[in-house]
Amino acid sequence: MSTSSHNLAAPGTPARVCGTTGLGVCLDAQRFIKLNAVCGIVFLLLGGVAALLLALTRWQTVHLLPVDWFYRILTFHGINMLILWILFFEVAILCFACTTPLNARLFSRKVAWASFLLMLAGAVMVDYIILAGQADVMMTSYLPLLAHPAFYLGIILVAVGTLTGVFNFFATLYVAKRDGAYTGSMPIVTFGALAAAIIAVVTLLHGAVVMIPTFTYSMGWTPQPDPQWYRLIWWGLGHQSQQVNVCAMVAVWYLLSHITVGARPINEAVCRTAFVLYILFINLASAHHLLVDPGVGATWKIWNTSYAMYLAVLASMVHGFTVPAGIEVAMREKGYTGGIFGWVAALPWKNPAFSGTALSVVIFGFLGGITGVTLGTQQINIIAHNTLRIPGHFHVTVVGGTTLAFMALAYYVVPLIFQRDFIWRGAARVQPWIFGLGITMLAFGMSFAGSMGVPRRSWDIDAQGVYGPAAHLWLGVLGLGGVLAFTGLLIFALLCVGTLFFGKKIEGRAMADWGTPPALAGSQPGSLAHDHYATKGTIVLTLVFLACFAVYYFANWKALADVWPVR
Amino acid sequence: MSLRPLTSPWFHAPAGHEKLWLGCAILWCFVMSLMMPYWHFRGKQNSTGEAYTVKPADFLARTEKFVAANRVGTFKNPIANPLGQELPLVEPPAGGDVYLIGRMWQWYPALRLRQGETYRLHLSSLDLQHGFSLQPLNMNFQVVPGYDHVLTLTPTSKGEFTIVCNEFCGAGHHAMTGKIFVE
Repeated sequence: MSTSSHNLAAPGTPARVCGTTGLGVCLDAQRFIKLNAVCGIVFLLLGGVAALLLALTRWQTVHLLPVDWFYRILTFHGINMLILWILFFEVAILCFACTTPLNARLFSRKVAWASFLLMLAGAVMVDYIILAGQADVMMTSYLPLLAHPAFYLGIILVAVGTLTGVFNFFATLYVAKRDGAYTGSMPIVTFGALAAAIIAVVTLLHGAVVMIPTFTYSMGWTPQPDPQWYRLIWWGLGHQSQQVNVCAMVAVWYLLSHITVGARPINEAVCRTAFVLYILFINLASAHHLLVDPGVGATWKIWNTSYAMYLAVLASMVHGFTVPAGIEVAMREKGYTGGIFGWVAALPWKNPAFSGTALSVVIFGFLGGITGVTLGTQQINIIAHNTLRIPGHFHVTVVGGTTLAFMALAYYVVPLIFQRDFIWRGAARVQPWIFGLGITMLAFGMSFAGSMGVPRRSWDIDAQGVYGPAAHLWLGVLGLGGVLAFTGLLIFALLCVGTLFFGKKIEGRAMADWGTPPALAGSQPGSLAHDHYATKGTIVLTLVFLACFAVYYFANWKALADVWPVR
Repeated sequence: MSLRPLTSPWFHAPAGHEKLWLGCAILWCFVMSLMMPYWHFRGKQNSTGEAYTVKPADFLARTEKFVAANRVGTFKNPIANPLGQELPLVEPPAGGDVYLIGRMWQWYPALRLRQGETYRLHLSSLDLQHGFSLQPLNMNFQVVPGYDHVLTLTPTSKGEFTIVCNEFCGAGHHAMTGKIFVE
C-alpha cells in the first residue's frame, strides 16, 4: 500500500493512490467520507425500521402500532430519513467530490471534526427526545404544536454542523483552485456537488430563520411566531432541502454512469447550465406546500409555482435526457449498435451500481417527477393537499430516486474508500431491484389511496366511515411494498456492515469488478462525439416520458373540473 | 471524463436530438405555466387564499352567533368524540356567510346547504392547524389558527359529505370529523 507517497497538490498531505482508478485519495477526506457514510447508513437503518412499523400500521388489516406510537414513529421516520441519512451521506459525497476528482486535499481536518461532531450531537439529541415522547410533532412541527426545546436545538445543531461541512467544501475548492491542484474546469460531478452545496446554504439559512425563534419560544423567552409565517419559512427549508438531494442525486447519476458504462455528458455546457437552473429557480418561496393556504393570494401562488417557465423542471428534464444519452453514446461507441434499443439489453444490469442508477433515473423521472409537477400545480393541489398522494410523490423522489442512487454509489464507495470487497455479491446484485420494486409498490399504494381522499399522517381510516374497500386494497399494496422495500434496505445495511467487518481487504490491488460492458470488435471510442443523431433510443424514451407526463397532467385537470366550484 | 477536470474548450450549442428534446421540454414547461392563469380566469376551481386575521375567541363568537341564528336541529355524529357526539345542525341562508370551526377534535357545527347556491364558507381553528378535507369529493384546504380562510363554494351535487381532518392535530386527529348535507 502506497500510503503517503502520492503527491497531491499540497506536498506532505497524507494520501494514497487508489489501486483501482490510479487517482490520489486524501486520507483526511477518506476518514470523513467513512465517518459520515457509516453514520448515514446507521440512521437509514433506524429510519427503515420505523418505516416498516408505519407501513404495517397504515396497512389497515394489520394496524400494528397504538395511536401515540404511530405519530412518534412517524416523526422519527421523517427526521431520520429526510434529514439525518440524507445529510450525513451528502457530507460524505461533498468530502469526496472536492478532493479526489481535483487531486486536492481537504481544507481542514479540525473543521471537518467540528462539522461531524455537531451533526452527530444534534442527531442523537433529536432522536432521543422523539423516542422519549417529548416531540410528537411530525417532522414539520407546525406551530402551535410544540415540542421539547431539545428537538429544535438538535435540528439547529445538525444544520450548523452541515453548514460547517459545506464551508469546508467551499474552502477546499478555493484552495485547490488557488494552488493549481488541477487545470481547466472542475468535472461535472464536482460541479453538481457544488450546486447542491450552494442550495444547501440557502436552505439552511431558511432553517435558521424559522428554527431559532421557534426554539426561543419553546424556552419561553419570546412570543409565539405566526403559524402561517412558520409554514412559509419552514418550507423554504423543507422543500429546498429536497432540491439539495436532487442535485446530489444527479451528480451521482453522472458519476456512476461514467464508472459503470464509461458514459460522459454529451454536452457539458447544457448539463452545467441545468445545474445552474436548479440554483436559480428552485422554489425559493416554498410555494408548493402553501397552494391551498389562507394568507397567500392566487397571484402569489401561481407565480411562485412556476416562475412563468418551470425552469427547475426543465433542468430535471435536461438531465433526464443527457444521462441516458451519455450511456447510449458510450454503448454505441463500444460496438453495441443494433437497432434503437440494442444497447439497452447489453447494459450491465447485474452490476448493482448500474441497476441502482438506472432504476433511480426511471423511478425519479416517470413516477416522482410527473407526480410532483402535477400535484404542485396551483389548482390541482386542491384535490391532493395533505392526502396520501403527497407522500406517494416524495417516496419516489427522495427514496426511489435519491436513496437508491446513494445505495448504488455505496457499491463503489465501500470497496474504494473502505478498501474491502463486498461480501455476498449475489445478494448485492438483486438488492436494488428489491428496493426499487418495493418503493414503487409503496408509492402506487399511497398515490391511489390518496386519490380516494385517504389523508396522510393519519393513524386510522376506519373511524371516519367514508373509505371503502378500494382504499383498503391500496393501503394493503402500500403495506406489502413497505415490507419489500424494508427487505431491500435491510439487505443493503447488512451488506455494508458485514463488508466493513468481514469483506476481503484490498491492499493496493483493484477492487473486484461488478461487471461492465466490454468493448466489442470494431468499437471506436470517441467516434460519436460529434454525431448529434446517435441517441435514437434515448429520444424515443424521453418522448414516451413526455407523453406519460401530458396524460397524467391533463387527467388531473379533468378530475379537478369534476369537483364543486370554489374560489 | 465525468470524474476528471475538463481542459479542452467544452462549450457546444445543443444540436440534433438534444436540441429537439430541449425544444419539446421548454414548450411543455410553457404549456404548464400557462394552464394556471388560464384556469384562474376560465376554470371554476381555484384557491384564491382569501383570508383575514382573526382572534380565535372572536371567531368562536361569530360562529356561535351564526349557529344561534340559523339552527334547524341536532346532528348526532356516530363517531365517538371527547367533545360529545351531538352537533347543532345549521342551515344558512342561500348566498350567505357560513362559519365552520376546526378544533381538537371536531368540526363545528354540522351544515345543511342547498344545491346550486353559493356560500362564503369561513374556516378557522381555535387551537392547532387542521386540514379541511371534504369527502368523498376530495377537496382539501388548510385551516390555520388566527386566519379566517374564506372559500366561496357552490355545492353542485346532493348527498351527505364528511369533513375529515388531514393535518396532524394530536391523538384524536383520525376521529376528527364533521358533516355537510346538501339538499
